[in-house]
Amino acid sequence: MIVYLVRRLGQSILAIIAMAVLVFAGVYFIGNPVDVLINPEATQAEILATTQRLGLDKPLYEQFGIFIWNALHGDLGTSFVYGRPALEIILERLPATMELAVVALILSVGIGIPLGIWAGLRPNSLSGKTIMGGSILGFSLPNFWQGMLLILIFAVLLGWLPAGGRGETRAFLGMQVSFLTWDGLSHLLLPAINLALFKMSLIIRLTRANTREVCLQDYVKFARAKGLAGRRIVLVHVLKNIMIPVVTIIGLELGSMIAFAIVTETVFAWPGMGKLLIDSINLLDRPVIVAYLMLTVLIIVSINLMVDVIYSLLDPRIRLSEMKG
Amino acid sequence: MTLSTSNTPVRIDSPGRRIVKQFIEDPVAVVGLVLFVLVALIAVAAPWIAPQNPYDLAQLDIMDSSLAPGESNFMTGQIYWLGTDQQGRDMLSAIMYGLRISLLVASISLGLAITIGTIVGVAAAYFGGRLDSFVMRVVDLQLSFPAILIALILLALLGRGVDKVILALVIVQWAYYARTVRSSAIVERRKDYIDAARCLALSDRRIMFRHLLPNCLPPLIVVATVQIAQAIALEATLSFLGVGVPITEPSLGLLIANGYDYLLSGVYWISLFPGIALVVTIVAINLVGDRLRDVLNPRLQK
Repeated sequence: MIVYLVRRLGQSILAIIAMAVLVFAGVYFIGNPVDVLINPEATQAEILATTQRLGLDKPLYEQFGIFIWNALHGDLGTSFVYGRPALEIILERLPATMELAVVALILSVGIGIPLGIWAGLRPNSLSGKTIMGGSILGFSLPNFWQGMLLILIFAVLLGWLPAGGRGETRAFLGMQVSFLTWDGLSHLLLPAINLALFKMSLIIRLTRANTREVCLQDYVKFARAKGLAGRRIVLVHVLKNIMIPVVTIIGLELGSMIAFAIVTETVFAWPGMGKLLIDSINLLDRPVIVAYLMLTVLIIVSINLMVDVIYSLLDPRIRLSEMKG
Repeated sequence: MTLSTSNTPVRIDSPGRRIVKQFIEDPVAVVGLVLFVLVALIAVAAPWIAPQNPYDLAQLDIMDSSLAPGESNFMTGQIYWLGTDQQGRDMLSAIMYGLRISLLVASISLGLAITIGTIVGVAAAYFGGRLDSFVMRVVDLQLSFPAILIALILLALLGRGVDKVILALVIVQWAYYARTVRSSAIVERRKDYIDAARCLALSDRRIMFRHLLPNCLPPLIVVATVQIAQAIALEATLSFLGVGVPITEPSLGLLIANGYDYLLSGVYWISLFPGIALVVTIVAINLVGDRLRDVLNPRLQK
């Protein structure tokens, strides 16, 4: 087990280093941020001073060395635009994104699993086919387009919910959250549904396929032969057995939700870190871009690592095959 | 007792004919195919069939700005069936041209990604060993991050441009093809006909591309239909976010983004109609892809 853990941890660190090199090397080619930040009428001396202050005059490898050293100390540079540490700005935006992702995840699981089981138990019924048809639309249509339709229908035509922004927030465990106030909740609903639709479709399809498979197993037939109520068979025998693959997918998808939140946040003007990234790209605010990417890579790699380790604890076959390979 | 030997030859359909035959059994898939061909034809023929050239400023009339669908030009009487945008551009023409760019970007990146992925995947499976494990490590590393994040990083670094979007899509997608081709090639490699080809002392390249590759095609085709829809959606998303194609060559995604600001004030047509064009294209490809997956899946055949 320890061999497996060390090996898997090594892979994760390698992934982070690879992304760090990629991100940094790439960011260097973005253009000269000095041109963007300094008043065009500034004197040569002023330009030089700013360049030196930001460390942009040093050779690339030296900048990279400083970058890595500082990154390990939690310093990912100072934003050109805000003049404050980039990591601090991003961490301020992190709760908004996490709240959105978690609520979306709860929605996609809470709606996706029941719908998937329903469609799996009645694969040829009209309702089952409608659910499957809907799920195809859910994962094939672009996310931003679904979001726009939600806005068009619920905000513009019906006027039930606000089209963007975060609304009133309240402190909860030291973070500002929206779901505790009525106003915040109404702002949260549309973006969360938007972010949830894609994952929900995946979960529906996965649950349906697994339900159909499990229903053919002997233990389900036996439970039926014993005369158990249909509800008990579904809730105990079927649900328990379809949870294993579903839980893995949920774990892995949490990371990608943070990436997909970039789109949802832009559509709904949700003040999370995804919207910050798009704003920073438009303003060429290099440190914020780098800090966002490093933080996101770190989050995704950690989630993947945790899912793998938990999974190998649950299923020894994975551990053994990995150790051989 | 006599052995009944029939003299009538058993007709064995060629794989291509069988696939076509099974494909047209599903009316929904045929509708999808017809829609897709229609969309592709519109995209190819846009410069000849569009009512106006939306990028020729001489043809635009600022007086026609933000006209609702069905209104017409005051002077010429030209009817704007889908309305006009804030610059007086006919949306129908803009959509035809946008479709052209969207499909162009998706198909070029598809072609390049398939070529690279196939060569890498076949080579990894055929030679095995270190090359194989190195390639698969890179593929795993890349696929552990969401495609949209990787594409966004690349475009944030490279800047906007049609060529840059194509490059980003190729980098994002090659890994899917490499993995698909490798996994089927590694099974095929152990079969007798490959040994036979080796015994004939054929060159590695010939065995890889004339013997191994043709037998790995069905899963590749299935993945390609899924991926081309994904590529179109991804390009639209990137352009919508403002990191994709430049403003001078707007794809459907950029058209939607341009109209987005007007959506809240009820000027819905600038965003809605390009969006419908995008959705029809993606759904049509998915319908075709779904049927192809069933037809090409050997497990579902009797």
